[in-house]
Amino acid sequence: MASVATSLHSRRETAYAAPRATQDPVWVRWLLTGVALAFLGLFLLLPLAAVFAEALRKGLGAYFASFNDPDAFSAIKLTLTAAAISVPANLVFGVAASWAIAKFSFRGKSLLITLIDLPFAVSPVISGLIYVLVFGAQGWFGPWLSDHDIKIIFAVPGIVLATIFVTFPFVARELIPLMQAQGTDEEYAAISLGASGWQTFWRVTLPNAKWGLFYGVILCNARAMGEFGAVSVVSGHIRGETNTMPLHIEILYNEYNFVAAFAVASLLAVLALVTLVLKSLVEWKHHQTNAE
Amino acid sequence: MKLLKSSSLALLVSLSATWLAPAVSQAASLLNVSYDVAREFYKDVNPAFAQDWKTRTGETVTIQQSHGGSSKQVRSVIDGLAADVVTMNQALDIDALANAGLIPADWSSRLPEHSAPTTSTILFIVRKGNPKGIKDWDDLVRSGVSVVIPNPKTAGNGRYSYLAAWGYALKKNGGDQGKAREFVQKLFANVPVLDTGGRGATTTFAQRAIGDVLLTFESEVTLMLREFGSDNLEVVVPSVSILAENPVVWVDKVVKRKGTEKLAKAYLEFLYTPAVQEIAVKHHLRPRDPALLAKHSDEFKPIPMFTIEEIAGSWSEAQKVHFSDGGLFDQIYERK
Repeated sequence: MASVATSLHSRRETAYAAPRATQDPVWVRWLLTGVALAFLGLFLLLPLAAVFAEALRKGLGAYFASFNDPDAFSAIKLTLTAAAISVPANLVFGVAASWAIAKFSFRGKSLLITLIDLPFAVSPVISGLIYVLVFGAQGWFGPWLSDHDIKIIFAVPGIVLATIFVTFPFVARELIPLMQAQGTDEEYAAISLGASGWQTFWRVTLPNAKWGLFYGVILCNARAMGEFGAVSVVSGHIRGETNTMPLHIEILYNEYNFVAAFAVASLLAVLALVTLVLKSLVEWKHHQTNAE
Repeated sequence: MKLLKSSSLALLVSLSATWLAPAVSQAASLLNVSYDVAREFYKDVNPAFAQDWKTRTGETVTIQQSHGGSSKQVRSVIDGLAADVVTMNQALDIDALANAGLIPADWSSRLPEHSAPTTSTILFIVRKGNPKGIKDWDDLVRSGVSVVIPNPKTAGNGRYSYLAAWGYALKKNGGDQGKAREFVQKLFANVPVLDTGGRGATTTFAQRAIGDVLLTFESEVTLMLREFGSDNLEVVVPSVSILAENPVVWVDKVVKRKGTEKLAKAYLEFLYTPAVQEIAVKHHLRPRDPALLAKHSDEFKPIPMFTIEEIAGSWSEAQKVHFSDGGLFDQIYERK
């Protein structure tokens, strides 16, 4: 009887140790891994390496000289400005919206969710164009704005607006599923213990969603710095004034100034890589806190 | 969290301060909105003007540039891009500004030479050794010759190329419009693909190696020989071609609001001075000064040229008759 039990047990052990998928022939496993790695190399690593190779083609001197240009400097500054305004704005909005959606039920909730997703659904060119149609000289508010000498389109405010629009969903989209999964039990507990709504939010809801929030902010920032289409429409392409880094790269490239174009592109790539590292750190940290 | 918020707020404040500050204490500045391939030219012109303005008035002036496809640029100005001056390569684009009420309709008479300080023309580029023996317009309509021209409905140099062919046929046949129509129809039957822009056509011809001959601006020709090598391509100068004027204009509505009228006019007048005419030569644009043109006759081969007005009345007339929807071009060009 005991031997039967052991044999049953051991059979189950072997079944656990070697699930059927890993019993595939060696060549299948190698082929699949190889194909995946080849795709990764071809479509991700190779272009990234090409950016740096092109940027450094004429040596480090030429590479750094590309940044020693007031236009490049102003493009970097503008990109950081646009990100520094749009990310906090979307942070505040994203937290508020996801809090409302995940923790409360109200009329028009699904409409709000749809609206948040809208920037994902429309092409960035349209995102830019809607601001031209509203604030442009021929647009709804154009005449009034020009009478009062307020510049929105073809100036920094327009670029910031377009950036906010395209990065709108990132924080909220990240937080809503997380907050919904966490449910409202802890909030009820806090309130029944006498906490005010505000206290509940700051001490319970926000700390619980902390890592998801960081993650959303990082993604939002990455998109804000890299946005091309929408910003291109509202920029007006004034050198040294309304060119962001992606637009500046395009201009340099069109001028056959490849080293400088790829140098600025490499900087943008480095910013993206830093963002990715931050993202992984956050994920890792999040995993740890969850495991605890 | 609190730390993150306060530090990002500080960053926001300091960054917004840095871009607001120069806007407040700004020296006189001009915005020149121009077409795509004029950047190298104005890159040389602008410092020269700033220098000249400084010595004349003692004021410092900065000139900002915006470049892009010409129709897109004009559209932006109409939509509110605050351009003090607009510099284009065809009057049609400037007419759009007049139609939008930004400048008066008689803009072309406000500066000398129809408000066009430089000109260019349409030439042919063929493969090295000219294997198809292309010498003049008549060779383009021979069967078996493949011609690359960008779409006249969307590209400036396509329009000029089309009108140059039209003008050639008109002149040759004593003004017979029917014959001219037949000629352009035969010509475009030889066009294998219509690119939407000038640079696209250049790529089609030089890099994708499609076609026996490319029609494009003289200024672009020289650039092509430099970029793609004179051992691959050579230039053919036809017996007659079209005068392509590069019109410039100050935008009344903008300069009045910004108080830059005097500066904008001075900038455009400066384009006619010998110094800038020399810069134009350097960038393969034909100068207006006949003596200077003669001096560089190696580069600018003397060709008899006709104007748009001679062959089509005016740009807006040409647009209406030839390039509008259902116009002559639509009638003669069959999609393949």
